[in-house]
Amino acid sequence: MDIKDRVIRIIAEQAVLDPSDVTMESTLEDLGIDSLGLVESIFAIEEEFDISVPFNANAPNESDFDISSVASIIQGINKLVAEQS
Amino acid sequence: MKRVVITGAGTINALGRNVADTLEAMREGRCGIGELEFHDVERLSIRIGGQVKGYEPEERFNRQQLALYDRFAQFTLIAAREAIAQAGLEFSGELATRAGVVLGNSGGGMTTLDENYRSVYEAGKNRVHPFVVPKLMNNAAASHVSMEFNLKGPSFTVSTACSSSNHAMAQAFQLVHGGATPVMVTGGSESMLCFGGVKAWEGLRVMSRDACRPFSANRNGMVQGEGAGVFVFEELEHAQKRGAEILAEVAGFAMSSDASDIVMPSKQGAARTMCGAMRDARIDAAEVGYINAHGTGTAANDKTECAAVADVFGAHADKLMISSTKSMHGHLIGGTGAVELLACIMAVRDGVVAPTIGYEEPDPECALDVVPNVAREADVKVALSNAFSFGGLNAVLALRRFE
Repeated sequence: MDIKDRVIRIIAEQAVLDPSDVTMESTLEDLGIDSLGLVESIFAIEEEFDISVPFNANAPNESDFDISSVASIIQGINKLVAEQS
Repeated sequence: MKRVVITGAGTINALGRNVADTLEAMREGRCGIGELEFHDVERLSIRIGGQVKGYEPEERFNRQQLALYDRFAQFTLIAAREAIAQAGLEFSGELATRAGVVLGNSGGGMTTLDENYRSVYEAGKNRVHPFVVPKLMNNAAASHVSMEFNLKGPSFTVSTACSSSNHAMAQAFQLVHGGATPVMVTGGSESMLCFGGVKAWEGLRVMSRDACRPFSANRNGMVQGEGAGVFVFEELEHAQKRGAEILAEVAGFAMSSDASDIVMPSKQGAARTMCGAMRDARIDAAEVGYINAHGTGTAANDKTECAAVADVFGAHADKLMISSTKSMHGHLIGGTGAVELLACIMAVRDGVVAPTIGYEEPDPECALDVVPNVAREADVKVALSNAFSFGGLNAVLALRRFE
């Protein structure tokens, strides 16, 4: 499974959806993931890829990690995996 | 002042998953204490407890809930669901804004702490699940009960070690008694039966390795339990207007501090609190038929408590019954007063007094009718429930049969 599929699987599990229902354009809001769900997803992603995600829930927009869509999250993870592995 | 009655009760503990099963076990003098089962138990010298066995959280809660609910919060919600279902109340409109939840608890999410310390210290992990804090905070249970049942009135958690539940129920009583709200959900819970929780208690050298035998001359310490007890306290007229079944009347309470020692109990403190509860409830000492003792099974508590009862009740001390149900369900610490209130309800409502099991040898320093080993039928109009905590903070509730 590549990084994209693994991230989608984590997000789908959090949203209690089938992975096929999670599109690249989906936002977390579209998927019904609230702020607690977001930090739980980030935790699961960190565990899955053994990386550290620079995300501060106080200032999501200022974090060096774009959570505006599934695509942007996957892009960020790809970058972090490349940098941290 | 408003009269306060109990219109709902719920529990889960080592004796049963609900009130009916728990009371049946108490009537039969069954022991819920057994071998502890959890990670690293073999590294403990104390390996018994009143553990809730065969419990499957997945049957009661969904995945998202389980990610947020420590074991103590799960137990609390299970007990609260039973109590509120029995009361038949739905919280909406004005009632929702006035009704609240006050719960007792001592250790908070001890299992969550234990698991996560293990992961960062022992396994060397540098990351913990993001919900560790909302899971372990002492008020998590009260907050989740408030959310599940839409209770928007005064809500908080009381932490006074072994008296936590009695203090919490005293607060709830006062809120209804004073007219601030017609309904309060109250009680308490605890779940410290994990490696770190029991290891900490081992250090004090007050725990028994084989059984909890309150008042028995060969007693050798306390045994921990876990679980929850939750009640609906309701203003009498409010309950009568809707035709609710009334389990008992909460007649009064008293609270006090020994102001003397961080662990040793005080006869004067215990005596003052029992006297205070009777004064508050306008009960004559001779009316008290049953006392649910604090009765921890330690050398110090049991003789001190018996001496206090003898002082307070004089000749009547030999006529009343006093038992410790901790011999069956263990000491639930912050939740203990709540589970023990069930024995008081059974005494005044059903006329059955729960026994002190494991009683083997009379102790001249505990020469009261401790209802040894076998439950007894008796006409009990008034019962007291004692709680005397580490730190010397005492709380006694008085229950009266509702007629």
